Amino acid sequence: MEELGKDFEEKTGTKIDVSYGSSGNFFSQLQNGAPFDLFFSADVAYPRKLEAQGFVEPGTLRDYALGRIVIWMPNDSSVDLAKEGWHALLDRRVQKIAIANPELAPYGRAAASALKKAGIYNQVEAKLVYGENISQAAQFVQSGNAQAGIIALSLAFSPGMKDGKVWEIPPEMHPRIEQGAALLKNARNRSAALAFLNFVKSASGIKILEQHGFSAPASN
Amino acid sequence: MNSLALSFELAACVAGLLLLIGTPVAYWLAYSHWRGKFLLESIVALPLVLPPTVVGFYALLAMGPRGPLGKMWMVLFGHGLAFTFGGLVVASVVYSFPFGVQPLIASFEAVDRKLLEASAVLGSGKWQTFLRVILPLSLPGVVTAVVLSFAHTLGEFGVVLMVGGDLAGVTRTASIDIYDRVETLEYGEANRLALLLLAIAFGVLCLVYAVNRRVWTPAWTRWTAK
Repeated sequence: MEELGKDFEEKTGTKIDVSYGSSGNFFSQLQNGAPFDLFFSADVAYPRKLEAQGFVEPGTLRDYALGRIVIWMPNDSSVDLAKEGWHALLDRRVQKIAIANPELAPYGRAAASALKKAGIYNQVEAKLVYGENISQAAQFVQSGNAQAGIIALSLAFSPGMKDGKVWEIPPEMHPRIEQGAALLKNARNRSAALAFLNFVKSASGIKILEQHGFSAPASN
Repeated sequence: MNSLALSFELAACVAGLLLLIGTPVAYWLAYSHWRGKFLLESIVALPLVLPPTVVGFYALLAMGPRGPLGKMWMVLFGHGLAFTFGGLVVASVVYSFPFGVQPLIASFEAVDRKLLEASAVLGSGKWQTFLRVILPLSLPGVVTAVVLSFAHTLGEFGVVLMVGGDLAGVTRTASIDIYDRVETLEYGEANRLALLLLAIAFGVLCLVYAVNRRVWTPAWTRWTAK
């Protein structure tokens, strides 16, 4: 998001201020008049609900990227993640596996359903610990309190997570993690906000997103 | 197990432990003449001013396999401390420490020194003086300390969020449960739990203020205080 903002600023001179937080939290804040122009959510369901309730400028809701998930382990782990793939999670040296809470976060939902599809959910269920969001799940593994985690590929690129091994979970193993964005009715700077929304969906926007661990959205 | 019951269990453990750990600390802080005492006083008060994110962040690192607490726990119990009920107890004891210690210090200091001297002159040892003079006179302070550390733990959110891992029946306390429900837009259920906590918090504070104002003069104070 930061990179998108920077690139946009270079091209247009408009500065983008980003506030980070969980989708559900912003959802209730936006319902109560939070002064934001745009809402980017890791789960398109939230902006969709806002649209249904009339908080979104009609016709501006779009999915802008697809999330990817990976199994992440610290480099000093003796488990051979590249070779083992799924089986790494069954290893006895892996005592705790961090995922985002499936009830709260789309990445958590994707992780849980991928585990089910791989047929190992029941075996690993007792090892699961839940981050309030995907970043917290990442922090749980990064700090060594969990020995493996299922996190967003975009997070695996972040500075704090560089010292890790990554095994990507094939996209067909989990429901699509559709990232959704919309222009809000409360927006104070409509034209610039809309321009940024269009920029994110443009070829250069998608390129930046792909470099940071997302896939291009399914539809355009 | 329901999250409110878990919160009560956690709060009871923390209040009990804090009374055990806090009493000697408060005794020492109340009666020591060491010039560096302010250092320990500052440490005791630190959790009051630190955001729970700081306490939670360091607690998670300390409980990890590279942290001192995590290493110790691994040797003692064969598993890590994060994501366990024990881990919440340890983090909460740290976070609620001032609430368990400061009321004790205040009430120990308020005991008339003449009574302590009289007790010594009459041949009582320090331990006996503590049990038979200081403690009975400080009972309102003890009640305040226990009730406040209980209530503060009940209302704790940030630290639990950062070290708990949201496990139902193990680390999902009432405050986390409310947060989860707000996040999943179950506002009705969030409201029900939140109102319940509000009522409990109000009741607890009423108790503390009533004890300190001696609304009901307890029998023990009539016997001991002159």
